[in-house]
Amino acid sequence: MIYNIPFYTVVALILIGLYAMLFKRNLIKIAIGLTILESGVNLFLITLGYRKEGVAPIYTNLPSGIDVPDKMVLPVPQALTLTSIVIGVAVLALVLSITMMIYRHYGTLDSRKVRRLKE
Amino acid sequence: MKKAIIFVVFAAFLFFAAYEIHPFGELDDSRMDDYIIENAQNETAANNVVTSVVFDYRGYDTLGEATVLFTAIAGALVVLRRVKNE
Amino acid sequence: MSEERMSVIVTTIASLLFPFIFIFSFYVIMHGHLTPGGGFQGGAIGASAIVMLIVAYGAREVYKKASDEKLSIFESVGGLLFVLVGILGFILAASFLSNFLVGEPIFGNIPPFGSNPGELNSGGILPLLNIAVGMKVIGGLASVVLIMALAGGEKK
Repeated sequence: MIYNIPFYTVVALILIGLYAMLFKRNLIKIAIGLTILESGVNLFLITLGYRKEGVAPIYTNLPSGIDVPDKMVLPVPQALTLTSIVIGVAVLALVLSITMMIYRHYGTLDSRKVRRLKE
Repeated sequence: MKKAIIFVVFAAFLFFAAYEIHPFGELDDSRMDDYIIENAQNETAANNVVTSVVFDYRGYDTLGEATVLFTAIAGALVVLRRVKNE
Repeated sequence: MSEERMSVIVTTIASLLFPFIFIFSFYVIMHGHLTPGGGFQGGAIGASAIVMLIVAYGAREVYKKASDEKLSIFESVGGLLFVLVGILGFILAASFLSNFLVGEPIFGNIPPFGSNPGELNSGGILPLLNIAVGMKVIGGLASVVLIMALAGGEKK
């Protein structure tokens, strides 16, 4: 389908993040690329679980006139996205702290100059 | 150069996949989620179906996720405490 | 180090807003089984309250009240509570993390099917797990931001 606009948005986000991770040398920019790629994956999970004209799967004060299984979005992709967001924050904290450590030791953020990582 | 070729091939693959996937909002098969939506109130006594999936139907998943959170934060604290004490 | 406190306007407003943000975080955690929200989201709100104090007062002053060691202990207690509830399900009911409180007097009321106004005294073990995860996320995120602010000065 050519009208799958949300899926093309997902593709654009993943490609932007992958470009930053592959072709940039600055470690902070690599971390930013990681975050953008991860948000692309989260958006992909959410768009997979969307149903046309669906509401959130919560029964508290549900609006009247909603068919119960057919007009609710899928709960499992939303739960997985919730898990993924928290893991993403924790991993980003770890990446940034290791980046700070590298800057303290080498005085640079250029991944080509951090030669001792390769030995 | 090798990285550029890999990038272009992966981009073509992603665009092909986004073209071939089911139309947005019209699902192919959703029997598992329909079962969960219909039975979550009886089986877990909670109104919020997403929370009952996170903590009840997929509780092991959340336990593993809590482990990942704990490990990543412990790693960050170990790295940064050395910097702080210098 | 670049962590002197900000102006008196900012610190006053931050101390005024801090309890309200924390109460909102507890509301989101406790109503996780009724309304949108839950342990993760409420924990992120509570951690952002502590981050606001760090921005306003500087990391050293927050460290005196709530050091990252204390916040780590808070996080570990949350994780232990999660595992403990799971093991209680193993002892009292079928399997690990089984919902043994459904139908019991505490947190056990089963809501009627379909739209209903919601009742706090329902949900089985979900509120307990929400509290555990909320403690975990508050402690974890706040301790990481605090240690980053302490370690990341301009000193070379």
